[in-house]
Amino acid sequence: MRQVVACLEFSDDLDFSAMDGIHDLGGMAGFGSIEIEPNEPTFHEPWEATAFRLNIASAAILRNYNTDEYRHAIERMDPVHYLQASYYERVLTGVATLLVEKGILNLADLERRAGGGFPLAHPERPNQDDGRREAKTPHFSIGGRVRVREVDRPGHTRVPKYVRGRSGVVIHVAPRFSYPDAKAHALPRRKEPTYHVEFRATELWTNAENTNDRIVVDLWESYLEEAT
Amino acid sequence: MKRETVASPARRGGAVVDALRESGQPIEEALEAAQQIEETFDWQNGAKVVARAWSDPEYKARLLEEGTAACAELGFEGPQGEYIVVVEDTSKRKNLIVCTLCSCTAWPVLGLPPDWYKSPEYRARVVREPRRVLREMGLTLDADIEIRVWDTTAETRYLVLPLRPERTDGWSEDQLAGIVTRDSMIGIARVLASSSSPRPESK
Repeated sequence: MRQVVACLEFSDDLDFSAMDGIHDLGGMAGFGSIEIEPNEPTFHEPWEATAFRLNIASAAILRNYNTDEYRHAIERMDPVHYLQASYYERVLTGVATLLVEKGILNLADLERRAGGGFPLAHPERPNQDDGRREAKTPHFSIGGRVRVREVDRPGHTRVPKYVRGRSGVVIHVAPRFSYPDAKAHALPRRKEPTYHVEFRATELWTNAENTNDRIVVDLWESYLEEAT
Repeated sequence: MKRETVASPARRGGAVVDALRESGQPIEEALEAAQQIEETFDWQNGAKVVARAWSDPEYKARLLEEGTAACAELGFEGPQGEYIVVVEDTSKRKNLIVCTLCSCTAWPVLGLPPDWYKSPEYRARVVREPRRVLREMGLTLDADIEIRVWDTTAETRYLVLPLRPERTDGWSEDQLAGIVTRDSMIGIARVLASSSSPRPESK
């Protein structure tokens, strides 16, 4: 009995709320066939163009938020809403969520104007500062074997869960880019190289279709450690 | 909020634009600027890159070495094209691009991606069962062809350089660009010198 109580108390301290969000779809089972629309237009309806341009305008031109905040705002959508929404509805929801959170717009006012509900994403649960700072030179090199850390964050990350704990080989070192787990949450920013890490399909999936197949994932340095 | 009371996305989008306008942000100008950027995104740019690479071995070498600079040589650069890596199909290797976490794409050379690329179905399945996905999409690969799936999880944006089809000797770059498809540059299709394609110029 005491053990159970201790367990419950322990689980209170953990925050699994946002990790492995619904957006992290790679390898998820249960999805059906992929529908291709011949001669598909760029936008099916005018509002889709509005949603797309609103994001470019708000992020790149008016600088109301950055791209990592934007991606994370979409990731914070309710899972049911996320899967039901089209791509451009997700874009619109991410944009509106950030504009409301930053105090630029007001939800009640938006709903009044829209004449109905305006579902936004769930509130942010930020990552902690990991204390790491900018490294001057890449730590890993081409041909090196690396293992993906068991990244476990309440907030934004760009490590898909299907490679966590898995080992692969560095095949390319890309330039340094701002570390998104920090940039999405107003934590101290740092740039890190990203690495194209090649995984054997058999390393990732027990029922891999073909032993020769490979999956390459682009990973920031902080996500990786030397493989033993 | 119950589902039936949710405003349509068109009304929600209009509400954001109207509210931004009244907030004092120069939203009309910003939307116009965004549209101008967006209109430079076109997968036919990628087709021109591929046709040049098929026609000019030195360009192809540069493209595979420094994709960003080689695309910029032809004037194709901009947002989501800051670091482009071109991956080459061979008779023994098939490349495929996906973004499992969202829908990142090399906009300047691939344009805004089609719905199937952004669908949960493609994003979930193609890293796990690429052969089955390709088969469903009309491309059956022999077992001795190895697949490389490139998941666009960081800031690199990929472009597949497809195999040049046979019976296209002597074709001009324009003719070659005319048979390249967006799907072939994402990697789910081969380029075909189909009967509807332009014929070689007579000499």
